[in-house]
Amino acid sequence: MSEITFQNALIVTGADEAPRVGDVVVADGHIVAVGENLDVRGDVVDCSGSWLGPGFVDVHTHLREPGQEWKEDIATGSRAAAKGGYTAVVAMPNTDPAIDAGHLARFVADRGRQVGLVEVVPAGCITAGRRGEKLAHLDELCGAGVRIFTDDGDTVADAGLLRRAMDYLAERDAVVAQHCVDPGLAAGGQVHEGEVSSRLGMTGVPSEAEEIVIARDIALARLTGVRYHAQHVSTAGAVALVAAAKAEGLPVTAEVTPHHLFFDHTYVEDTDPLYKMMPPLRAPSDVAAVREGLRSGTIDMVATDHAPHADHEKDHAWEEAPFGVTGLEWAAAVVNTIVDLQPADFFRVMAVAPARLAGLATQGRVEPGRPANLVVFDPQGPCETTGTVSRSANSPYLGRALTGAVVHTMYQGRFTIRSGALVEPVGVGG
Amino acid sequence: MKHMLTMEGVDRPTLDSLLNDADEFFEVMHRPIPKVPALRGKTVATMFFEPSTRTKLSFERAAKALSADILSFSPGTSSLKKGESLKDTVLTVKAMGADLMVVRHSSTGAAWRVAEWTGLPVVNGGDGCHQHPTQALLDSLTLRQHFGSLEGLRIAIVGDIRHSRVARSDVWAFSTLGAGVTLIAPPTLLPPDMTGWPAAARTDFDEVLDEFDAIYLLRVQAERGGASVFPSVAEYRERFGMTDARFNRLKPDTIVLHPGPMIRGIEIDSGPADDPRCKVLSQVTNGVAVRMAVLFQLLGGTREHE
Repeated sequence: MSEITFQNALIVTGADEAPRVGDVVVADGHIVAVGENLDVRGDVVDCSGSWLGPGFVDVHTHLREPGQEWKEDIATGSRAAAKGGYTAVVAMPNTDPAIDAGHLARFVADRGRQVGLVEVVPAGCITAGRRGEKLAHLDELCGAGVRIFTDDGDTVADAGLLRRAMDYLAERDAVVAQHCVDPGLAAGGQVHEGEVSSRLGMTGVPSEAEEIVIARDIALARLTGVRYHAQHVSTAGAVALVAAAKAEGLPVTAEVTPHHLFFDHTYVEDTDPLYKMMPPLRAPSDVAAVREGLRSGTIDMVATDHAPHADHEKDHAWEEAPFGVTGLEWAAAVVNTIVDLQPADFFRVMAVAPARLAGLATQGRVEPGRPANLVVFDPQGPCETTGTVSRSANSPYLGRALTGAVVHTMYQGRFTIRSGALVEPVGVGG
Repeated sequence: MKHMLTMEGVDRPTLDSLLNDADEFFEVMHRPIPKVPALRGKTVATMFFEPSTRTKLSFERAAKALSADILSFSPGTSSLKKGESLKDTVLTVKAMGADLMVVRHSSTGAAWRVAEWTGLPVVNGGDGCHQHPTQALLDSLTLRQHFGSLEGLRIAIVGDIRHSRVARSDVWAFSTLGAGVTLIAPPTLLPPDMTGWPAAARTDFDEVLDEFDAIYLLRVQAERGGASVFPSVAEYRERFGMTDARFNRLKPDTIVLHPGPMIRGIEIDSGPADDPRCKVLSQVTNGVAVRMAVLFQLLGGTREHE
């Protein structure tokens, strides 16, 4: 297999050490050396001015396969992931059928391997069919390698049922991840409850709909000892609850999406369904709080909630359009553009922390002996926002000026993106 | 003026101009032959994605009185039920030769999307609980006819403000025309955050009953969840209904308006509903006149009728 030397990059290893300018040598799919002034082997890739770190890991991706392939499939979603600098994505289980049994999780992982652009890690449902009535086949799912469990898209509203799932999963060291929207308080909700919803005459989703679920779930995590992960945190109150849980020493983590970092609810005023998501875009004070939460480490990671929808599904008036936007291709640039992070912190929120949450041993580190899953990111480079490689184009970033370019993505020692261009694997079906 | 989408941000000269034109068309409507050739050759499409009788009839009456042709669309007869997107539906009707679209839809923002997709002038005939600008114009015309001007008037809008596109339109028009507006409803029927609204809000109707020149009653909208946000219809009527007793406590020259359809026995009793001080039928007539003015201005009609 070919050998490659990345030269003169600012290297972030993902371990607790200061980044330094140096070289990384890759051979036979693995990182073989990391250091300064290394002997050049094979292809030389000059990375002056760029950061080299562990490939990004997204713990919240909707790949839509099986069942909704008109929106996205594992091949097109993998391309978008590679383009965005990702080497692993956790596929949400709200497919059709929902991923609530072992064979379904294996199907998703196998399709990911066939495509070969990124590690596709299936998440499993907490409840059968995501119906919130009884537990999914949790043992089977664990046996198929599932580590993150969620009914994402819906909240597990029944505290008794959720507690049983937590009890069951705590001993397996799995993660219960919650889509935090109280269904009663948010009933009919289309936008954040506040000034904008009131003027637009739309039913709002108050911040409290998110916060009471997180508060309740933290209490249940304390009761059961399970690892708990709050998905797409969007309010100042939610950030405070997570901070308090962490101060108490509970195994609680949280993610924030690029869109909740970038946009506030004033973007909804034009009622373009491109800005319709759940949780909704919040008030400017909430946006400030999630940015600060990410910077301070209260929020552990960025997760895209990449949610493709076909044009014809968004070609409706607001209240009839589906929730969600795509984000894999632009997440790193969004974070780089609007959150003031040092290189080590940037890779912590984009790669290291999500790899740890998902339990991915071969992701989140740049060190000799490991598979070469890495990204070269130019923090000053222009982010391409003129098109998408996803099957769907429901992105609020298209046409926006963002700073930060994914120059190269390498998955298992092979370029998936080289100089910004997609490199399809040879001889494997997409 | 390219569209008539919202009353928010519409300035005084624009409102005055529309109301002045509406006065002229009101006169046309009372001629022996109530028709002018102003929009001859133009086609108005009435795209009503939400069931409506009176607003649709009113727009079509207005278009006919201006000699425009009409393309009439109703959801019951459409491909929407077959899964067609809103965008495809309106582009299809545009391709048939519509020059302007009147759009009513159950979702906030629908008329904006139609304007974006078609490039045609669009009149918002009501979008969700958001805006219904021609209703605000006809209400303003009715008040102006009765009082001569809205300057200094005190107007109460009573009822389901939270779910009312009428209230969201009227507050802007009435306040821009110089009136003071008070919104009166139980807390569950007021918007959660009224920052920036040109209106005061209160929950105690009886305390302020005799302070207003006009009382605008809204329908209790059971279909929008109205009935689940107060304990009972009887309790609503008791606190906010225009009962005979409450009507008798108004100032003797206070008038009552209602956007229709009136639900007698809930928001209004038959005594006040049938009193000459209730202007509901004037509102209906004025609806045709203001819609003529809007269609006329948006389609750049000629003033041969003068």
